[in-house]
Parts: sequence; structure tokens; C-alpha cells
Amino acid sequence: MKQQLERILQRVQKPARYIGGEYNEIIKDKSKINIRFAFCFPDTYEIGMSNLGLHILYGVLNGEPDVWCERVFAPWGDMEEEMRRCNVPLYALESGDPISSFDIIGFSLGYEMSYTNVLNMLDLAGIPIKASDRKELFPIVFAGGTSCVNPEPMSDFFDLFAIGEGEELDLDIVNLLKIAKKGGWDKTRFLSEAAKIPGVYVPSLYDISYNSDGTLNSVLTNNGAPMVVTKRIIEELENSYFPSRTIVPSTEIVHDRVSLELFRGCIRGCRFCQAGYVYRPVRRRSPDFLLKKAEEALSDSGYEEITLSSLSTSDYKGLNELCDDLLEWCEPRKVSLSLPSLRADNFSMELMSKVQKVRRSGLTFAPEAGSQRLRDVINKNVREEELLESCRVAFEGGWNSLKLYFMLGLPTETDEDVLAIADLVNKVLDTWRTYAKNRSRGVKINVSTSCFVPKPHTPFQWESQIDMAEYSRRVKLLRENMRSRSVSYSWHEPDVSFVEAVLSRGDRRVGRAIEEAWRLGGKLDSWSEYFSFDRWVSAFEKCGLDMSFYACRVRNIDEVLPWNIISVGVDKSYLESERKNAYAGKITPDCRALCTGCGANSLLLRRDCDE
Amino acid sequence: MSRLLMRKTGNAKYLSHLDLMRTMQRAFVRAGLEIKHTQGFNPHPYMSFALPLSVGIESLCELMDFELDDATELERIPCTLNQKLPAGLHIVSAYRSENKFKNIKWLDIFCELYYDDEVPENAVTRLQNIFSKSVVVEKRTKRGTAQIDIFPLIGSLRINRTAEKVVAIDARISAQDPSLNPGLLITAINKYEQSLTPDFTKMERREIYDADLKVFR
Repeated sequence: MKQQLERILQRVQKPARYIGGEYNEIIKDKSKINIRFAFCFPDTYEIGMSNLGLHILYGVLNGEPDVWCERVFAPWGDMEEEMRRCNVPLYALESGDPISSFDIIGFSLGYEMSYTNVLNMLDLAGIPIKASDRKELFPIVFAGGTSCVNPEPMSDFFDLFAIGEGEELDLDIVNLLKIAKKGGWDKTRFLSEAAKIPGVYVPSLYDISYNSDGTLNSVLTNNGAPMVVTKRIIEELENSYFPSRTIVPSTEIVHDRVSLELFRGCIRGCRFCQAGYVYRPVRRRSPDFLLKKAEEALSDSGYEEITLSSLSTSDYKGLNELCDDLLEWCEPRKVSLSLPSLRADNFSMELMSKVQKVRRSGLTFAPEAGSQRLRDVINKNVREEELLESCRVAFEGGWNSLKLYFMLGLPTETDEDVLAIADLVNKVLDTWRTYAKNRSRGVKINVSTSCFVPKPHTPFQWESQIDMAEYSRRVKLLRENMRSRSVSYSWHEPDVSFVEAVLSRGDRRVGRAIEEAWRLGGKLDSWSEYFSFDRWVSAFEKCGLDMSFYACRVRNIDEVLPWNIISVGVDKSYLESERKNAYAGKITPDCRALCTGCGANSLLLRRDCDE
Repeated sequence: MSRLLMRKTGNAKYLSHLDLMRTMQRAFVRAGLEIKHTQGFNPHPYMSFALPLSVGIESLCELMDFELDDATELERIPCTLNQKLPAGLHIVSAYRSENKFKNIKWLDIFCELYYDDEVPENAVTRLQNIFSKSVVVEKRTKRGTAQIDIFPLIGSLRINRTAEKVVAIDARISAQDPSLNPGLLITAINKYEQSLTPDFTKMERREIYDADLKVFR
């Protein structure tokens, strides 16, 4: 195979992503390994290697002396074609061994558009794509990651799902597999034992029945599997593994820098945001701990950039102090510091001048909605005055380009709300005219909109997505009313969002359509080069499933939802009351101002979030 | 000027020139060696490679110039740096040199031609014939394609059968002003004797020389 591969690599684009061998890659002696673990990321190397979760779990799993975790990514089209033509099966980067001989295969499911890649990778590995066609214990094929909060659409393909944070959970699964291997268990026994691990969902242990209108009737368990699987979390982040010694890619990837994870969870509670609900409760690391880890990670990797990552970095308590300390270390070493996802409300001159010191990056704000009314509906507690104040600070500080993100199709949105985006952008332009340091250089405001996708486990999980024609009409309305030369408007096409909406709130039957889409050639759907809307439409048609049923339908509040089987710790009654608040235009304070009792603190032993 | 002599072999041959620059820059940081940065608005570490190597070609003789901020002993560098490099990159030595890269004139390239079925009859002689006179091939340039005669850019050429299904070309070719892309040797074979086109080719840069054919360091 080595020589075959060498020949193939001469013919494909960017061969460096298929070879492994990077600095800090972990190589183990196969003869001393009990469990071989293939960590599969269902997208390209450049995307997968940018994923912090991969680096964490790689470190955790390889911390076990008798486990060897290796990486596997989706090949780009040209590489896949060559692999199929030359009969080179999907292999792991570290050993170069085909993954079909591994004991366990774990996929990271972060977004719906990677689903077809899972099937394609299994097929490339020569592994049957359906769980029911894999009779033997090995390899166990499972998934973890954010998309698993609704595991149903992918439940035909995985033996089990790991719900929540994987640091402890993945080890629990691997340890059970060690026992199963030693005891010579069959797959049925392993799965029924695995279902007893908190956070493990084994779809084959559940029977689903449907009503005549296509909604779910009931979900019954057999073999004593739990009626609700509650996600796992790491309570004390500082006591768990921190990736300060990570693989440094030799070739360029998307996020090629140290990513310093400040905290998990988010105090905000924006009602459209799935991450804001499913990563609760808030758990933080201390500035001292982070500074130490940042120094370790930068020294070990040699990276020239570090970014502070979290769902809302400006909400980190002690951000200014942390930035000061980091900069003191970074500046003399010519390392730059970047801060993503700043909120428009507490953006300060001080913070801005800090990030500017080493290298200046672009500035992005996400008001999400144009009118205050609609921002209140979605609980994006940013006031127009605050946004304009932040813009003033930025323009006075010499910035002359700004990105503004909005969503169209949020619940209750009217044409007035759409036009309010144009108004807001005009006010931003006025602010620039009044406060710009150097007006002769001009200003560029990049406005972008995407089509809102209602997600499971949010207060909007019952809502309908607007249909594609309606989205396009609103885009046109906005475009016609935002004609300044300083403003450039780009919008995401609604077809991807529509498919996302279908897959994210799909039930078990959707798996057939995913399989069909893959059989029709679907793969790398998150890449516009490969995404085909028509293919998805044909796939659903062929399976007799109505895409609008999943995307554009308001659910009854009592409907049995496919993801009811999963609990992320937030009570359903809380989501309901947040939905009512949304319709009433009532905002909910952030968790720091007032705990509104979402229930997620029940996942903690100590019961206090954000300490 | 401080200079590194290094190897880029095995899978490291798939790293592009930019990949290599970035990797070296980070390796220096990991090793705790501070490279001098350029002055200016956007300072970046000063490092420069002689004769950027195409992706897919191995090399035993890459040269990289750099300057350190402090007076670290150069002898220590290979050992320190080698622990911080990815697979396939290896520092052979570090030394001072005033010999400028522009004085490089020739390089030795070793090409192995693999034939899956069997080596075509009289391959060695026929290959020698191709390169014994004017060899005009099409070369891709920034402005489309051009016809060039590569014969004057070949200093010497030895052809041997090295294994049952392998023929090796040992060529000394012009390294710069103008350079000869070694891939054009295969292009020429394909053009003049299509039946000699190999199924697979491996290439390795083995040595570099100045105009007097003295090994360049």
C-alpha cells in the first residue's frame, strides 16, 4: 500500500494533508496496544485539525498507555477518486493502517453538512455503513459532538452516541470495550452494557412509532435502556486534560494557532443559539491557570498567534487582566493575540488597543437582528446605543472596516424588522462620518445575512423556518434599501440552511434520505463545490419524505420531538417559558445578573455555575 | 550569514516551500532560538532558502540562511533543532558562510524511473540518445507555454539500470539563471520516446555546486 499511496500522492492537490508525521504526532508500539481508536473527523484535514475537540480527545485517549488514538480525515474529491481507483482503503495518518482493522471508530459530528462524509468515509474504509449490517463487536462505530444532541437522523449508522463532553465519557466507553474484548462479548452484550454508561445513547435499544400525520407517537426502550440520556460534562475544567502539547500541522490549516479555551457554556441565552443552551452550565478557568497553559502551549508549538476561545469571550471575568498578562509574555516574543466573538455591548477602547498592539485584525459584530424589538425577541441583549458606541470607539481608534452579521427569518420578523437592518447600517455610517479619525480613507461596512435555522434544545425548537422564496424576497427587500457605496451586502443562499433545518430536527426516517443522498454522490456538503440542493431534494423524494415537514412546520408544544430522548440539562419547561417570553418581546437577564433557573446547574455537584 | 544544511526526505517531500518556511520558523521558537526579525510594519523572521524545491522531490542538500538574535553557538543548533522538527526534516550542520546563494550554478538530481511491467528494451541507450542532442520541450511559464531547448542546461548525465524494473538517471543540471525543472527530463522522455515513459518517478536532489563545480556550502 505504501508504494500505491506514494504514487497517488504525486497526482493529488495538497498531498501534505494525507501523510501525518507532524510535530507532536503520537506514535506507539502496536505490539503493546490493546485498543486501536480511529478518531474520524468527517471533513478535510484543514477543517478537522482546526477543531479544538480533536486535540483534546487525542490527548486524553493517548494518555492511556494501552490505547492508540489516530486521526482520520475526509479526503478531498481528487484523493478519494484515486484511493477508490487504486484500492487504497481509508487509513489513519499515524500508522498508515486501514481503519477497518481498528477496535473502535469515533466520529466527531459538529454540523449537519458533514453527515454524508461519515457514510463516505465508512465506505472508503470498507466498513458497512449501517450499524445493523455490522454484526461483529469490532469495530464499534460511534459519534460524539454537538450535532448528537439530536442523534436520530444518524442513528441508522452508529452503534452508539456519546452525548456531551468527551473527556471522561470516551474513556468510559473505551474501558468497557477493553472488558468486552477480554471477556469475548458479542456486540449485543456490549451495547446493552454501554447503555448503562451515563451519557451513552444506543439507538438500537429504542423502538419508535409514528402517528398517521408523520409525527412521533412514542419512543419505547427495551433492555432497560434509559428513557432520557443526559449529557456528560466536565465539572472542574482545571482538573481535566488541557491540550498544551498539540500536533502542529506542517501544512496550512484554517485555524493555525493556539486556541486558549477560557470557559464552556455561555451566560447569555440568545434564544436562537443552540450552543448557548447545549453547553450549559458555565464553567470557567482561572486567569492564572490560563496564562500558564498559554505559555506552555506557545513554547511547545512555536505558534506565532494565540486566540482566546469561548462562546462569548468578552464575558470572561478577568479578561482585561488576562490580556495584559498574556501580552506581557507575547509581545517580546512577537506572538500576536486575537479575540474572536466580541459582543457589541462591552467592546472597550482599552481592549481594542490591546489586541491592536501586536497585530490588527478585522472587527466583526453580530447584532443578528436590525430592530430592537426583534433583538428582544431573540434575547440578543444588545442595544442600538451600545452598538453605535462600540462603533464610535472603533472608528475613533482608526478602524475603517467592519463586518455586521444578521439573520433573516427569525420568529415574528416583519418587513419592518428587515428594513431596520438598513437603518442600523445607516446609523453606523453616520457614526463613522462623525467620528472617523481619517475620513479620506473611506469606510467599508460588510453586511451579511443568513437564513435562520431553528435548532433542537432551544426555545425556537418548535418554530418553522421561513421558506426559501420568502428568504429571497427579504434579501431583495434589504438589498434594494441598502444602496450605499460604502456598504457591501452578501447573503448566504437559503438552500443550505433549508437542508440544515431538515437534518437538524429530523427523526430516524431522515437517515434513509441521508443514505440516499450519499448514494447519489453526496459528500463534502459543507463545500459549495460539492453541495447540490437538487441531490438532497431527489433523495428525500425517493424516500417519500417531505423536507418541509421537518424544516417549515410549527410543532405543537406537546409533540413528541425526536430529540426528547436527549437531555442537555436545560428543562423543557424553561424552553417553553423562554419561547413565551420571546413572543412577548420580554428579555431574560444574563445568568450573571440573575439566575433564571434553566436547570443546567443540576449537572454540577456543587450546583453553582460560573464560579 | 548563518546557514543550515538540511535534508528533506521521506514524506517531508510533500511539504511545499511555504510549509517548510513556516515549519522552520516554528521549530526555531520551539527550540528556544530567537531568529532576527525584519524591520518594518509587519516584522517577520528573516530566513531564506536557496533554490526552492518542488513538492514531491526529496533533497539531501537544502540550504537555509538565517540570523540569530544572540550569539548561540552554531554547533549546538542541529542537535537542538532536530528534536523539534516533523518527520523527514533533518539538520545536518549549521555554520557561517559568506558564499552567496547567487553563486550556485549546478545541482545533481537523481531520478529513478519505475516500469511496472518491465524495463523497455535498450532503455539505457535510448534514454542516452534522447539527451545527446538538442531536446526541445514545452515549458509552462507565467505567460502560457514556451518551447525551450534543455540540452544546454544539462551538464552531464549518467543512466544506469539499478534494479529489475528501475532505471536511474544521474543528472547534473543548471540550478539557476536559468534553472532546469527536473520534471522536464521526464517530459522530454515522454515526447521523444513515449514507450520509455515510466509508470512512476522518484527524484532526489543530491548536491549543489558553484560555477567551478565546487560543492557549494
